[in-house]
Amino acid sequence: MTEVMIVDTGVANTASIRTMFSRLGASSRLTQSAEDVADAPVLVLPGVGAFAAGMELIERCTLTEPLRERITLGRPTLCVCLGLQVLFESSQESPGVAGLGVVSGEIVEFPDGVVRPQFGWNLVSREADGELGYAYFANSFYAAHASEDWSISWSEHGMRFIAAMQRDGVLACQFHPELSGRFGHGVVEAWWRSIGVETAC
Amino acid sequence: MLTQRIIPCLDIRDGRVVKGVRFAGLRDAGDPAELALAYEQQGADELVVLDVSATREGRAAALHTIEVIRAILSIPLTVGGGVRSFDDAVALLAAGADKVGINSAAVDRPAIIAELAERVGRQCVVLSIDAAEGEVEADRWQVVTHAGTMRRSLGVVDWARQGQALGAGEILLTSWDRDGTQRGYDIELLRAVSRAVRIPVIASGGASSAMHMHEAFEAGASAVLAASIFHDDRHTVASVKQQLATLGVEVRP
Repeated sequence: MTEVMIVDTGVANTASIRTMFSRLGASSRLTQSAEDVADAPVLVLPGVGAFAAGMELIERCTLTEPLRERITLGRPTLCVCLGLQVLFESSQESPGVAGLGVVSGEIVEFPDGVVRPQFGWNLVSREADGELGYAYFANSFYAAHASEDWSISWSEHGMRFIAAMQRDGVLACQFHPELSGRFGHGVVEAWWRSIGVETAC
Repeated sequence: MLTQRIIPCLDIRDGRVVKGVRFAGLRDAGDPAELALAYEQQGADELVVLDVSATREGRAAALHTIEVIRAILSIPLTVGGGVRSFDDAVALLAAGADKVGINSAAVDRPAIIAELAERVGRQCVVLSIDAAEGEVEADRWQVVTHAGTMRRSLGVVDWARQGQALGAGEILLTSWDRDGTQRGYDIELLRAVSRAVRIPVIASGGASSAMHMHEAFEAGASAVLAASIFHDDRHTVASVKQQLATLGVEVRP
């Protein structure tokens, strides 16, 4: 049985993420070890609070290099919510704090005039396939662009933003697949198959 | 486009779902895990669980109930009612809650909002406000706590603003005057609070029809919470969403 390693961010909603993997027939374990992050067959970088707090934890546990390496190499990694945002170089949420920088660009805040945080279900679409379904989001900041080697799906909240991006074995979701019902399960199951792990159901 | 949320609410006590009027006269309304799963399958956008236990044993049982619900639920789960301290909130998140609702504890010590937001992120912190008609300075509504038994010298609109500034990610706004009465949400209250803050406001207290929910969205609510209309089988989440869609409300199909 595949064991999924989940980066232990202190609190976050790891219970929901673990439930999601148990539905796929996988066991999961929390870790803060740089070796686990480097070697795990499948790794999850879950959402935590603020950008600066997330990067502080990553740096304190010396996870920066192993995370950069596995994402650059496209090894099986699921990044959720803030986990997507820290892939970028910086964020308006925490000026002066460097992200992992494996994707160029800055994370920006939703404009005035929309409800912030964005809480709830929003439509996800892909240019090639049209509407994919509704996913659950909880964010005030977003990514507007990523380089063309990423396969991107989009949502809109005041403006268009990246809902999810995939490159090789790396899937990064701004939404919470673990809280997005059947749609979220389907997204993760497709990724799980694409990285070559058999599903139990 | 972001859709409007329909949120069934389970009041739990000693491992069972209960429902009362104005927080009193509780009667049994079913098994929490069974109801949670049924609501997810009907299209509920989130679930709120409020622990109305009065005892320490009851609160320990609630943690177990949260674990059981989490194991079957794949939509967001907010838990409130029993949160008396920072540690209570963290224990609920560890048991499987995605967000915690804090009410009396925040009125007694507002800094708890900021402490929680810093530790777990503001997206996990729901400020739960029980509001009753009663003037406090410029406010038409006053905050009530401890299951409606204590009236506080704190205006609701003012408290909502403070909560947002301290780091609350959402406001769950319950009209104590309407709770369980099925007369519809307090629309004036919703409008006043929604205008005062930019974080999402969840309407609660008094719903008995899709029309009531429509009124709440028109008044600025981002989500509506309801309990008895779903527990009594008069409506399903799906039937309510269908009616809302015909009224022009954007809901997740």
